[in-house]
Amino acid sequence: MSNPQQLRYSKEHEWLSAADENGVATVGITEFAANALGDVVYAQLPEVGDTVTAGETCGELESTKSVSDLYAPVTGEVVAANQDVVDDPSLVNSAPFEGGWLFKVKITEEPADLLTADEYTDFAG
Amino acid sequence: MTPVPRRTALDALHRALGATMTDFAGWEMPLRYGSERDEHQAVRTRAGLFDLSHMGEITLTGPQAGEALDYALVGHLSALAVGRARYTMICDERGGILDDLIVYRLGEREFMVVANASNAQTVLDALTERAAGFDAAVRDDRENYALIAVQGPASPAIVKSLTDADLDGLKYYAGLPGTVAGVDALIARTGYTGEDGFELFVAPADAEKLWQALTEAGAEAGLVPCGLSCRDTLRLEAGMPLYGNELTTAITPFDAGLGRVVKFDKPGDFVGRTALEAAAERAAAAPPRKLVGLIAQGRRIPRAGYPVLAGEEIIGEVTSGAPSPTLGKPIAMAYVDAAHAEPGTEGVTVDIRGGREPYQVVALPFYKRNR
Repeated sequence: MSNPQQLRYSKEHEWLSAADENGVATVGITEFAANALGDVVYAQLPEVGDTVTAGETCGELESTKSVSDLYAPVTGEVVAANQDVVDDPSLVNSAPFEGGWLFKVKITEEPADLLTADEYTDFAG
Repeated sequence: MTPVPRRTALDALHRALGATMTDFAGWEMPLRYGSERDEHQAVRTRAGLFDLSHMGEITLTGPQAGEALDYALVGHLSALAVGRARYTMICDERGGILDDLIVYRLGEREFMVVANASNAQTVLDALTERAAGFDAAVRDDRENYALIAVQGPASPAIVKSLTDADLDGLKYYAGLPGTVAGVDALIARTGYTGEDGFELFVAPADAEKLWQALTEAGAEAGLVPCGLSCRDTLRLEAGMPLYGNELTTAITPFDAGLGRVVKFDKPGDFVGRTALEAAAERAAAAPPRKLVGLIAQGRRIPRAGYPVLAGEEIIGEVTSGAPSPTLGKPIAMAYVDAAHAEPGTEGVTVDIRGGREPYQVVALPFYKRNR
């Protein structure tokens, strides 16, 4: 599996796109994380208007075998949640970096320790 | 100290197939190869191939092997016909379940007991102790068998293409020695999926050859390798209990709704008889809790240990839960107070990490194949 170069990554296995001109970035979980979870069957995402805090939980992903917390990779306000994933959580498995994105956040603060694609690839092993 | 997990004879093959492995009862076993939902559906509609070599085989031989099992277990095994198998249990003196077992009668004087991996040593020790007064020998055969299961509606045709054994004459819960793909095997028509299927006990050295032959023979029918994750959802849909979840030493077979496995009318005494007679009366007069099925109206998954409620009152506990690929909804098995155990009981919820999710009480199983 390959981790897209243009994204940055958290050690909780979330990815973050580059922010657009309004400071809004897209968040998802990596293919590594999706594979580790197995078939995702339920996604509880933060709601539009919620404030999320870097490193803190902001939702849940359930798979057949487990339930995992979703962590916010940055601090900011949620401006969109992916309803397609709520309706069909398997998108997280089939297209973790694309149609399986989870939410969009208007960044107010971002931690210094986000990883590049190469650093994340080394980290996830 | 953490003991090193054991690996089955098929370990290299699983890794070559890209399996996600998991530690299970001291063994490294395939959890899934790809999507567990796809593996589940393959078994329901076509066929799946499982490595179950972690299961524990124990052989009893001798003129009193049957009598020894009658004393050691709750079933009437000396009455079992040669070539047939029986689902049974081993209990302690208090009637608590030590393990659930399948016993195969291989000959007049030979039985094979198949125990869960997590309990195999306990069962071996108990059988050894309980058989001491009988003219019977107990042999640890765990190292002498690999176990490969082929499960699903296409499994009879797949196995048939590799053997001359009379599979049409082999009924459900029967087993016969034969040759499959040139490999000596005990061919058993048993399983833990709710589908027709076979469990093939072979020498570990032959396991890879048999696995490859079954893979090739099943390719056209859509057979896929399957891991323990889908085995769990398959057995849950079929309403089959899992030791450690529905069955524990704290409950008797009667508490689990499986009192039918206890044969009080067999000759001679057996371990746990007195306690089990009391448990049978208790279950008939005033059952404390009953094992029921729960079907979610929402999408969150109930897990083992989650409380079941009616209003604000805790009325039970989930023992197993998973998304059901067949029903398309989360399902669970739970022990609930008898007053709330009737199918159709209204107002039952499960506390899922603080949120109350509505559930429907149903009779088990969730899924039954057409025969």
